[in-house]
Amino acid sequence: MRIFLTYALPLAALALLAIAPLYASAYQLGLLLGIATYVTLASAWALFSGHTRYISLATVAFYGTGAYTVAVLNESLPYPMVLATAGLIGAGLALVVGLSTLRLAGIYFVIFSFGLSELIRELITWYEVNVTGTLGRYIFLDLTPQDIYWQMLGLGAVTIALTAWIHRRRLGLALRVIGDDETVAAHSGIHLARVKLIAFVLASTIITLAGAIASPRWVYVEPSIVFNPTVSFLTVIMALLGGANRLWGPALGAVPLFLIFEWLSSDFPDTYPILLGLLFIGVVFLLPHGVLAGIEQLRQRRKA
Amino acid sequence: MLLTTLILGVVLGGTYALLALGLTLQYGIARIMNLAYGELTLIAAFLLVWAFQGLGLSPLVAILLLAPAGYALGWALYTLMMRPLVKRSGASGRLEVDSILATFGLLFLIQGVLLLVFGPNFTSISYLDRGVSVLGVTVAANRLVAFGICLVAGTALVVALARTRWGLTLRAVALSPVSAPLVGINVDRAMRQGFALGSSLAAVAGGTLAMYQTFSATGGVVFTMKALVIVIMGGVGNVGGALAAGLALGLVETFVATAIDPGLTLAATFALFLIVLLWRPEGLFRRR
Repeated sequence: MRIFLTYALPLAALALLAIAPLYASAYQLGLLLGIATYVTLASAWALFSGHTRYISLATVAFYGTGAYTVAVLNESLPYPMVLATAGLIGAGLALVVGLSTLRLAGIYFVIFSFGLSELIRELITWYEVNVTGTLGRYIFLDLTPQDIYWQMLGLGAVTIALTAWIHRRRLGLALRVIGDDETVAAHSGIHLARVKLIAFVLASTIITLAGAIASPRWVYVEPSIVFNPTVSFLTVIMALLGGANRLWGPALGAVPLFLIFEWLSSDFPDTYPILLGLLFIGVVFLLPHGVLAGIEQLRQRRKA
Repeated sequence: MLLTTLILGVVLGGTYALLALGLTLQYGIARIMNLAYGELTLIAAFLLVWAFQGLGLSPLVAILLLAPAGYALGWALYTLMMRPLVKRSGASGRLEVDSILATFGLLFLIQGVLLLVFGPNFTSISYLDRGVSVLGVTVAANRLVAFGICLVAGTALVVALARTRWGLTLRAVALSPVSAPLVGINVDRAMRQGFALGSSLAAVAGGTLAMYQTFSATGGVVFTMKALVIVIMGGVGNVGGALAAGLALGLVETFVATAIDPGLTLAATFALFLIVLLWRPEGLFRRR
């Protein structure tokens, strides 16, 4: 039973999701792609922030960097090389952010991540206006929506598998101890800065790749389009709703919330941000540990 | 040229110092990391423009009204939103993460309301925009008036915190919320006052910004970021440090804007932030 739940069921689901585009309409495929993207983002976010409780507000800084890298390089390099470059840039950026903030108290990291996407947007805009003289670029890649979806599905599966693997390793244990109590973690010989840095760089690289993979959908790319703060916001609320310290929590939060947001943004475009904010505050107040933990609590109360 | 930068920088730094003063009160006394702080300043800025254009109210009168309104809003926010979080976290360290998340949600909520009511366009007013000569440098009169307001509000607050019994209470809570009740201090009330006072300063700073700068409903993050960096440069809870660091940021930003490019002011803020993080993360003005 256990083996069935941990291996067979996820693999069967993955197989079903992989053949889904053959039967889906263009609109349904768009929804599937959106869900796959946000499951990837929320899971990658939780890979670092879920256990350590270091809240990263910089998801779109990495996501946008990935998309913009593709926009700059798509005509000069073969596609796999473009993806690799985007991943490297994301990892490098995460290293710089991590090295300057993760050795200090968590609040410095939060603040740095809070302004990071605005900073990158400002720098790219300045560079494009003053050096290259054009703001806005086109992505012409010979990729069908199916290709993009399969890539994103693969990245999402890798992210969840990687999270599961890390959970069982020393790194995962170290991350959990850091989240519980940093002082204890330091005393039990965990190299705090290194563990946090490894997890943050991994998560950020995945998020950058997600941005790179999703970017051909835009065709036209501009800093103000790819660095949309709503992406950071949605990622955090999805991971929190499902339960950021559970393996399947972020995915569980991402699927219903993505569908709700799609509906809200098309039917209530004006009040959409207000509803998002209210929903977010509601989740923080009512389900601080996510739905999965809430269900467990209820079950335990039933038993007792 | 250098003198121009210096004077314009000091004038801009005055508003930043006031902005940071409010945030350092909220974080230092109430222990709430308020990521929606910039949105509070934007509410005040939009209200000032609306009062000026719609009602013909002088911005000086409007700022006098904004200060108590900001206090009331802060009071309500603390009572409705923050206090339940404070109670829930108790002595555990959860408040920091919870307050970050709750105010992150609040940021989008306020931004959504501002977009709905005032629209996404850049807004500004023309008020006292004739030049006045200061030491041979021409400065717009509205900037000088704004600087004067910041000077008065900032000085009044610093004196009140340093000299009055009420200020002593707030400082005691900032120093040690655990021991403050032992000497008969109502910590809950002090925290609420600290948060409300911080919001009041945010409102005044937002009002003065609206007198001479253009702004838009989505620009709150940048204000919050600048205030946060100033607070860290000055040392959390250090009022004098926040004032000095605010002036310093105003100078650096004006220098970058005139010498390199006005589009890189946030980059200048981040550069300062990095220097502080790598060199003295406990703040430039805190005794070791």
